[in-house]
Amino acid sequence: MKPQNEMDMSFESRSSNEAFARCAVAAFLTQLDPTVSELNDIKTAVSEAVTNCVVHAYRDTIGKVYINVKIEENSLITIKIRDKGCGIENIKRAMEPLFTTAPSDERAGLGFAVMESFTDKLKVSSKVGKGTTVTFQKRLSCRVGNG
Amino acid sequence: MKLSEGEEEITAYLSGDIDHHSARDMRERIDAAVQMKKPSLLRLDFSGVKFMDSSGIGLIMGRYRLMSLYGGIVRVVNVPDELERMMKLSGLSALDIMERRVIKREAAK
Repeated sequence: MKPQNEMDMSFESRSSNEAFARCAVAAFLTQLDPTVSELNDIKTAVSEAVTNCVVHAYRDTIGKVYINVKIEENSLITIKIRDKGCGIENIKRAMEPLFTTAPSDERAGLGFAVMESFTDKLKVSSKVGKGTTVTFQKRLSCRVGNG
Repeated sequence: MKLSEGEEEITAYLSGDIDHHSARDMRERIDAAVQMKKPSLLRLDFSGVKFMDSSGIGLIMGRYRLMSLYGGIVRVVNVPDELERMMKLSGLSALDIMERRVIKREAAK
């Protein structure tokens, strides 16, 4: 189905862009008049996914992070966050709570658990050496009419 | 973030957004103060925090470990209710460092 509205952005995997990314996505979604709590959930999930790109996908290098946001009927939003970084060898393991490959950076190992908990649906696909795509969906309470 | 020092304690008033980027600076400043003073209590005050992702959990866990080295303790205080879910998810409650009183903030939009 054709989305009602769509946004694409890309930026460098610098940690200073983490705040920019979640705020840009939130700004795009304000047209749906989301609740403070819904917006906070989405910002949190975006922040976790982008941080994964900065810390893991492009560890010790800088690469591009791509975000695509689609708004579909009944305020269903789909957010895709993609990198062309190192990829994840074992997705199941990476998604286990408290598992982290960057303890020295004080990562709690909660990124995917948080994304899962703060959205309705989460999908992760990855190819070692090619990159990772994280897709999550959330239906907003839709306080405004469609269109 | 502001740091205030008492006789045997340090309080860090965390503020703004806590993410992977901002947590680094907070961590460095808190750790420098703790290593100088070696207080018996480090209080992390979250009342000024507007947004926090799991980097905030890493920040708490890391300070918990640091304070344990000195035989001191960490207290997490004044957690706004919108951060409660993240705190719960983290399993930090098992460490018994969370002060129960949670502040309510006006739903600003």
